[in-house]
Order: sequence, then structure tokens, then C-alpha cells
Amino acid sequence: MSAPLGKDLLGLEHLSAEQISLILDTAEPLREISERAIKKVPTLRGATVVNLFFEASTRTRISFEFAEKRLSADTVNVATAASSVAKGETLVDTAKNLEAMKIDMVVIRHASSGAARFLAERIESNVINAGDGTHEHPTQGLLDMLTLRRKFGTLRGKRICIVGDVLHSRVARSNIWGLTKLGAEVAVCGPRSLLPNAMAEFGVQIFDRVEQAIEWADALNVLRLQLERMQSGYIPSLREYNRVFGITQERLDRAPRDLVIMHPGPMNRGVEIDSDVADGPHSVILDQVTNGVAVRMAVLYLLAGNAPALAEAAKGGDRQ
Amino acid sequence: MTEHRDIMLRGGRLLDPSSQLDGVGDLLIRAGKVEAFGGNLGTPDGAQVIDCAGPVVSPGFIDVHCHLREPGREDVETILTGARAAAAGGFTAVCAMPNTDPVTDNQAAVGFVLKQGRAAGAARVYPIGAISIGQKGERLAEFGEMVHAGAVAVSDDGKPVVSAQLMRTALEYARTFGIPVADHCEEPTLAAGGAMHEGYVSARLGLKGIPAEAEEIMAIRDILLARLTGGHVHLCHMSTKGSVELIRWGKERGIPVTAEACPHHLSLTEAMVEGYNTNAKMNPPLRTAVDVEAVQQAVKDGTIDVIATDHAPHHNDEKQREFSDAPNGIVGLETALAVNVTWLVKSNIIPLATLVERMSCAPARLFNLPGGTLRRGAVADITVFDPDQAWTVDPAGFLTKGRNTPYGGRILHGRVGCTLVDGRIVYQRMG
Amino acid sequence: MADEIVERADGSEDLVLVGIQRRGVQLAERLGRVIATREGVNVPRGALDITLYRDDLQTVGPRPIVGKTEIPWAIDGKTVCIVDDVLYTGRTIRAALDELADFGRPARIMLAVLVDRGGRELPIHADVVGRVIDVPRGGRVDVCVTELDGRDEVTMVIAGEET
Repeated sequence: MSAPLGKDLLGLEHLSAEQISLILDTAEPLREISERAIKKVPTLRGATVVNLFFEASTRTRISFEFAEKRLSADTVNVATAASSVAKGETLVDTAKNLEAMKIDMVVIRHASSGAARFLAERIESNVINAGDGTHEHPTQGLLDMLTLRRKFGTLRGKRICIVGDVLHSRVARSNIWGLTKLGAEVAVCGPRSLLPNAMAEFGVQIFDRVEQAIEWADALNVLRLQLERMQSGYIPSLREYNRVFGITQERLDRAPRDLVIMHPGPMNRGVEIDSDVADGPHSVILDQVTNGVAVRMAVLYLLAGNAPALAEAAKGGDRQ
Repeated sequence: MTEHRDIMLRGGRLLDPSSQLDGVGDLLIRAGKVEAFGGNLGTPDGAQVIDCAGPVVSPGFIDVHCHLREPGREDVETILTGARAAAAGGFTAVCAMPNTDPVTDNQAAVGFVLKQGRAAGAARVYPIGAISIGQKGERLAEFGEMVHAGAVAVSDDGKPVVSAQLMRTALEYARTFGIPVADHCEEPTLAAGGAMHEGYVSARLGLKGIPAEAEEIMAIRDILLARLTGGHVHLCHMSTKGSVELIRWGKERGIPVTAEACPHHLSLTEAMVEGYNTNAKMNPPLRTAVDVEAVQQAVKDGTIDVIATDHAPHHNDEKQREFSDAPNGIVGLETALAVNVTWLVKSNIIPLATLVERMSCAPARLFNLPGGTLRRGAVADITVFDPDQAWTVDPAGFLTKGRNTPYGGRILHGRVGCTLVDGRIVYQRMG
Repeated sequence: MADEIVERADGSEDLVLVGIQRRGVQLAERLGRVIATREGVNVPRGALDITLYRDDLQTVGPRPIVGKTEIPWAIDGKTVCIVDDVLYTGRTIRAALDELADFGRPARIMLAVLVDRGGRELPIHADVVGRVIDVPRGGRVDVCVTELDGRDEVTMVIAGEET
């Protein structure tokens, strides 16, 4: 209560450690709802949430939809192909149209960095960033953190290495901000052609060899390698990527400790991660999926009603 | 044309680096020429007297790099609105880049720009012709015919000349006509898809960056081709520390290279992009504080010869976009003087005389244009401005159609009082 | 109170104690222990956080912290006794009834509170009451339990003055 989130969730970079902890602490008890026979609470009854997906996504959209429905919100899914966006309507017009339909919250996924903020600045509704370009994917960062926190008890002092295409990864950015704020040590490892030139300025360690990363880390967050990176010449081949950077059981066997393995999905088995690792005893990849729903419920719950107009109205009715 | 009436600019600080003039005095304009200057001139009968006590009287500013959008995008700017905005910014002449639709790549197109410029009756408008037909970077445009029709330089600005061979030929061919070849330095494969300067800010914001090297590689290529050909290469909107070092290297060796920098690259950094501010999106992008300082020093020591605006109006709808989709460019004609005074003169980097040299004398000299001097007999293109006057930038009050400026709401120093072209007042600020 | 609960529930056999977060949970735990001593039966205990069922979420400003809900066994056919510290408007109990309904269909639901301060806004009453205190609107009753607050105490605040 000491650290309200404000109107929108656009990224983790500008959140405080208290705000991030609040979300994780709220997500924790919400996990239980998904275990019930009746997986639904009336919290967001009557609220309308639009899932505005300008980029193909199955997991994130479904996860948000579950979260919304378990909180009893009414949801509308707008995907690019089905909307007027394909007809050349601008994001501004789309936003104004949504607003005119009296919606309460928008979950937006967009290929342009900054698109979520762009929308948030132009509509009164709460905006949740479900991934904007190569900028941030805050709910993914939060669910990764919740998963690690549940595994380790705390993030403080834990060593997390993000492996792969950090350059194009919004997941990596949200992870770096969130994890460092909660006291974890963060490193990245990947081909230099897939790391930002200014990587060191993020205050993270850089490992050129995945073997070094494995020796150092308590957990690995293995990023998905977009297959088009090879076509656009960032790496010579997927085969070589697997040979040099792939997370294999053989490599993990040489680690001084058992490493927790995470992956935001969808996985390219045999490229960035081998199946025996992904399905192995230290993989928390499915926990991530479970925690994703809880984290998104927490965000929806914490943001709902934080619109300025409602906050104004709220000043009237306080009760014990 | 109406008869010229004598104009007496009374009691201003006459500041003209081209004739080492800096002192309080009167300046008499007759028949479109500087008739006389000095302390206490008598006022001829019927002369219009403008009290310039306090302000500076300098040769009119000349912008060698602006985009007036006509023909093709008259909704965004016309030669008329652009020339009026120029006059309001103290510019007595501007050079219009050829990246219009259609491209100014032939004598008829050059003639059109000139005709519209004359009709505007504000700042003079000089066309710059394209280097290649359609700015496609393939075949040379007809420099000779364009120069004959009134073009003062050639450029494919907006795009780099990708082919080194084409650039070489352009530099060689341009020598025949004594015009500079102005290049937009950008190595296209390094800059592809870039939306801002490549660095920590771009990495944080998740925007594809344009490395400083994309500019520097082309700058040194052009300098080396100027060495090879002896042709005058003019490097547009130089924005990095590396670029000015390379230009310095070229000049030290007597290579015929000149360069310009823009007010925004002399005042703002990549940090302006924070929050995905599309009014901070331009090409070349805003760079780091280190770059800004290096370019400022280059303006001071003359490595950068001229300050040009790269005035690039865009429709508000186009700027109200996702950052990566928004067009590059900002308007600059009406803020250039104040930005330069505020960031360069008020902060004691250069004296006012150097600013007048970079904004007026040097552009006239390098592009062989009339003006740029207050010498007796010179064309009376004159700017009267008060370097100390503070004002708040209000884009809504601009004469340009563009509102895309990163300086909106800022308090700047230096304001134009009056602009004279050919001995006639083309702009006078009210109140 | 424990005796009264058992009596009203017709024995401790099918009885389940569900405390409302927070403080109701500790009270339910203590009542459970008393019942265990007296009756020799360990009555199952659960916790209910009603935050997500509140009817004023759209107006309370900053979101209240969500506590833990733990109903680890089926409540169908049981006698559920809801335990809370203070009964006031009745809205919390309304929310608790809604939430319980999502876990199953008890044979009967009872309510036990430590303090009934009056001021009901809904047709709800407690079956077992520790103490009735009349507190005017605007006043406040604070129950402290050792487990959370380091002491057992009931304080009443009327218009800012402690009594």
C-alpha cells in the first residue's frame, strides 16, 4: 500500500524495488485461485479489458486472458489481422476508438518499442505492456522473478545469467531491471553480435563463453533465439549457435552446483536449449507458465481502478 | 518591383566579421545596396529610419540546408511559408534541398523553385539540384543545366551517395561549374533501421541505433574522394566527435572539404529521446554530450564552417506515431539563431562575431552567394537581432507549417527584430 | 466462546473453523486449540482472505494487500464457523459467504466474532459473540493478538480519543 503502481505498467526500469515486491507479494496468494474448483473471484466484475495484440502471441495472450477471466473481467481480444489496424489505422485512432467504447484496461503487445507508453499517454484507461518491440516485457520479467523467488526464497545475492539474444530481447531488459532492483547479481552471455554494444553500462557481467556462465550462475534464463537472426546475419548458423551457446546437459553436468533453468518460451529445442535440460529436474519452465497467470492477476488487480478519475472519486468513500 | 526607399538603420551594433566591423553606428541602405555605414550618418530625406539602439545589425543569415517540401508536400510546407519562416528567423537566403516530389533534378524543377521563391517575397530561395537523377544514386543529373537555371550546389540529401564511384564522378564533374557537392554522410548498411544514436540510451529504450561510425565512415570516404578529385565536398549536418576529427585531418592537408553542423546537434543530446519523444528524432540522430561538445569546439575553431538548420517540417499526424515509424527531422528556421546564441554565445563557447561568420559570411562564401557582408556596395541582405532578448518558444506561433520542434516551451535568448532582403524589409517583429 | 460454538454446531464432529484474514485467523486457531483441549477433537482450521471479494474495490484507492486463503479440505456438508475479530457493517462477512460458496456447499455456516460493535449495513448477525460494545459511527475498535501485534488487547477509539 506504500507503493501504489500508478495508472500503467509499462516496464520495470522505472519501478522501485518496493513496487516490484508488492506485485510479487500480491501474486503469491493469487496462485491459490487457480487451484480451486471454481477458478474465479469477483474482483474485476464489470471491468472491461481489451487485449490489443499487434504481434502474434499465443502464450502471453492466453496467460493474460486467464488472469483476466479468473478475476471476472470481461475481455475482448483484438488481433492485428482482425482489426482495422491492417487497414492502416494509426495507433492513436485505435486508442481513441477503444476509449470511446468505455473500456477500463488495455493489454498491449506491439512490435514498436515505446508503443505501450505511447498508448498510455493518450488514453485514460490503465495500460499494461505485454511486450513492446525490443524494449520491455514487464510481466514476463515479474513472472521470472516470482519463479526464482519461490525457488530460492530470496533474490538477494542470487546469480542469474541471461543467455542468448539480449540485443533483441525485451525479456532480457525487464529481467535485468527487475532482478538488479531486488538485489540479484545479473550476467548476460551470448555472441557479441547479439549483445548491445553498451551492455556493460547496464551494470551486468558479460560472459563470452557459456561454460563460464554456467560455472558462475545459480540460474540460467535461456532466451529464445529468433530464427530470423540467422537470415539477417547476426549469427552464421543455428547449428553453430547450439554448439557454442546451447544449454546442454553435458555442459550443466560440469557445473559446480545444480542450476535452475528458465526459458520464456516458446523453445527451440536443440537450438538454445536441449530437451533433456528443458524437461529435466531443474527446469522451472512450466512453473513460469503457472506463475505467469498469478503475476498478471496481481498486476490487473493492483492497477484496476487506479485511473485518475476513479482515484478522485475514491477520496469520498473511505470506511473501516 | 516597387521603387526602393532609403532605409536608415540607426544606432545599432554593426557586426560584420567579413570586414572586421564591430561597432555602434548607422547603416544606410539605398537601392538595395549598402550605401554607407559609420557613426552618425545624416538621414536623407524620405528615408525610413529604424531605431536599432541595443540590437545587432549583421549581414543576413544564410541557411545552406533546409527542406521546403514544395513540390509534393505542400500540406507540410510551401516555399512561401518556408521563406517567410526563414525571414522570421533572420535568414535572408535559404538553400532548398532537392528531395521533393518530384525531385529537383533538372533545370525546369530548379526554375520552379526559383520562381516560387521570388513570388514569396521573403528570404531568397536558392535551389540545390540533385546529384543523381531521382536521387536514386545511379546516374548523374544535369549539373550544367541546373546551374545555368540557378542551382547553387548539388546534393542527394536525405540519402547518402552510396556509390563511391558516383560520388567521385560528381565531385569531378561539379568542378566544371564551381559548385560544392553536399553529401549526407551515412553508411546505409550500418544505419539501416536505426531510429536514434546507438548507445546506452538506445539499448535501454530498445530502439535500433545508428552508430557514430555510420556517419564517420562516409565522412572520411568523401574527404578522401575530395583529395582524389580536387572537387569541393561539403559535408552536411556533422554530428559526431569522430567526424569533426576527420574533417580537421582533411583540412590540415588542404583537402577541399567544408562542413556544416545543425543547431540541434550543438545543443541537445540523445537523452532528449527518453520517453520516445518523436520531436527528438532526426537523421543524423542526437548524439552524446561528448559529441555535442566536440562539434561545438569545431564550430569555434572553424573545422565546422557553417551552421545550417536542416529545417525539416513534418505533419503532426506523422510525428504522432510509434517512435520507430515516425519520420526524421525537426523545424529549425525560427529557432536557429536563439538556439545558437543560447548554447554557443551565452555559454561563452564562441563570440557573437563567430556566430555571424558561421551563419552568414561563411555560407555566402562557400556557396558563392550574394550577401554575407556589410561592405559598401554589397547587397542589402541584413538581419537586425537582439542577442539578449529572452523569449519562450511557442510552436503554435511559428510561420512554418511545421510544429515539430524539441524546443517548445523553452526559454531561449536571441530574437530577430527585422530582416531585410535586397534593401526591403521582409520581416519585422511586432511588439 | 469455544463451548458455545461447539454447542451451537451440535458437536464438533463436522465442525470447521475458518478465520478471516487477518486476526480472525489467529482467533480461529486459538478457538480450535481450546476445543481440542475440551473435546479432544482437532477441529480443522482454514483461512479466508476476502479482499478479492470486497464490494468497494473500485473506490478504495490504493489496492489493499491480498492475504492468503487456505481451505485445504472439502467443506461440502460441513458446519463452517467463520471467525473474525470485529463485526461492524457486515460487508466483510458478506464477502466471506460469497468466497466460501466458491469452495463448496457447507450444510451450515455460522459466525463467531470477538467483538460486535453494531452499525450493521447488511442483514447479518453473529451466532457467537465474545462481547458487545456500542461504538458510534466514526469510532474504531482495534483488536490486537499476540501472534501479530505482540499483545492481546482490544482498544476503542472514539473521534480520535483513546479510551
